[in-house]
Amino acid sequence: MTGAARQLAGRHHFRWWELLPWIAGIAVFFAFPNYLAFGTQVLITILFALSLDLVLGYAGIVTLGHAAFFGAGAYTVGMLAMHLGWNDPIFGLLAAALVAGAIGLASGLVLLRTHGLALLMLTLCTMALLEQAANMGAAWTGGFDGMPGLSFAKILGLFGFDALYFRSQYLYALVVLFLCFVIVRTLVYSSFGQSLTGIRENLLRMHAVGAPVRARQVLVYSISAALAGVAGALFTQANGYANLAVLGLERSAGVMIVLILGGYGRLYGAFVGAITYMLIEDVLAKAYPTAWQLGLGLTLVAVALFARNGVIGIVDSLRRRFTESVR
Amino acid sequence: MDPVSILLGGFASGMVLFIVSVGLSVTMGLMGFVNLAHGGFAMLGGYVIVLAMKHWGLSFLPALALAFVAVALFSVVLERLLYARLYRAAELDQVLFTIGLVFVMTAAVTLGVGPETQVVQLPDWLRGQTDLGFIKYRTYSLALIVAGTALMIALWLGFESTRFGARIRAAVDNRRMAQSLGVDVGRLFAVTFAIGSGLAAVGGGLGAEILGLDPNYPLRYLVYFLIVVSVGGLGRVTGVFVAALLIGVLDFVLKIYFPKGGTVFIYVLALLLLLWRPHGLFGKRGS
Repeated sequence: MTGAARQLAGRHHFRWWELLPWIAGIAVFFAFPNYLAFGTQVLITILFALSLDLVLGYAGIVTLGHAAFFGAGAYTVGMLAMHLGWNDPIFGLLAAALVAGAIGLASGLVLLRTHGLALLMLTLCTMALLEQAANMGAAWTGGFDGMPGLSFAKILGLFGFDALYFRSQYLYALVVLFLCFVIVRTLVYSSFGQSLTGIRENLLRMHAVGAPVRARQVLVYSISAALAGVAGALFTQANGYANLAVLGLERSAGVMIVLILGGYGRLYGAFVGAITYMLIEDVLAKAYPTAWQLGLGLTLVAVALFARNGVIGIVDSLRRRFTESVR
Repeated sequence: MDPVSILLGGFASGMVLFIVSVGLSVTMGLMGFVNLAHGGFAMLGGYVIVLAMKHWGLSFLPALALAFVAVALFSVVLERLLYARLYRAAELDQVLFTIGLVFVMTAAVTLGVGPETQVVQLPDWLRGQTDLGFIKYRTYSLALIVAGTALMIALWLGFESTRFGARIRAAVDNRRMAQSLGVDVGRLFAVTFAIGSGLAAVGGGLGAEILGLDPNYPLRYLVYFLIVVSVGGLGRVTGVFVAALLIGVLDFVLKIYFPKGGTVFIYVLALLLLLWRPHGLFGKRGS
């Protein structure tokens, strides 16, 4: 085999540095016990961005309504706990994945027939619709105030949620993120993932070679929706509340920004993006909210104009330049 | 409320939607550029009007004209420097760029003027009520309806019977063919972009009475403007007019009868319409 072919055939193999994020994740648990609440939010954002990466980065479906699924998951868990008293965390995750995935499937079947502006608007309208539904169905969803003060059972009957220190929440989110990441990674390197990339790169050619384009788009949309639902469920469980903020345009745009900053269509973009974005936000947003917004806007403009592949893209091109100069 | 008042009130807010959105429809139709920052120009226009009236003592109409010119010039500078680089870029880059621009505009206005809601002072002759013979109604709403209709007729005439309008129609239908026939689409776009943004600025000022005016304006009404444009069809002045009136009236009625969550119906309507006709009510298939 030639070098290129070997590289291509073996590109799904685990590499040593892929362990680093998880080692870092565990290290944070011991090194920064006072920042675990923040760490949990970062992990949830990573998972949410990862789910968006499947549709946006791999399948090339531009959506502004991904928070619909995050919100669906968050509200599912919240309503089950509040009204039915079903507050087992693992069961909640599965239920959230199921509900969000079903909404993804139903809306995907209908919406993905369109593209361009119409698709953008349809995803936006779907999300706005869910938001309004959550606002109106106050008897079930708590309306404008949401559902504060939810409590959940112990994970596997062993580890209770700790509202102050987030120790179990952090490890729980880390494990869930790891499992979801394994799913996404396997998907991306499977033949299914390859055909998604094909659809993104050249829709016409994929139709021409007889790939079931629509079916694959709908499938990846549903899977991504289910993962976003899990992220939403984690949010509700870890924080003990759910409100309208989980469903808004701000959250949709926010996760998109996270993914783009990190670099989309490259698995680890979600990690880099979420950590960078949330660290800067944590420092700046509280002290100088307007300056934060200004800086965020300028960054987005700059990224769109000059650095289309995000932080990882910049690192990549620097590395390429470096290796070329060494040769 | 009686049906005539409802219709008049709905038409008035529909006119505002039309004046703001019409430029967006044409520029999106021309270049296929997803410009989410259009509402930002409307907001900037509103602020120019408020500040010019407050600090320079300009009266209402000259302030409107100033807003048109200032925002049109500003937008064309942005267009030449930044937008033009992204015409061939992916949709995603355009979305990011324009969302970023919205954030910058919102933050700049918050820093420069402050986060509070601004009030546009109407001149005396636009206040109070006017007797139409069969009904008495707010003068300002009636003036909006007259102004919006006049603008619609002017734009329609400009589109249908001037050479410039013919070039725009040609470029919207088939940009490459128009280019091959010697139409300078880049320049055409810059000019329509400026006019469209200028109109949005005027709409932002005129509509402040109805939509309010504060730094979050562009994001809050983004979905409304986009719905009007996508339902009306890209590059269709008449389509946008009908869509804007439809949504204006609907919104007005729903706010009266279903003050809580009446907007659901607008989203449902937009969803169904777009599924039925992805290119809008009056848009054309193809390209």
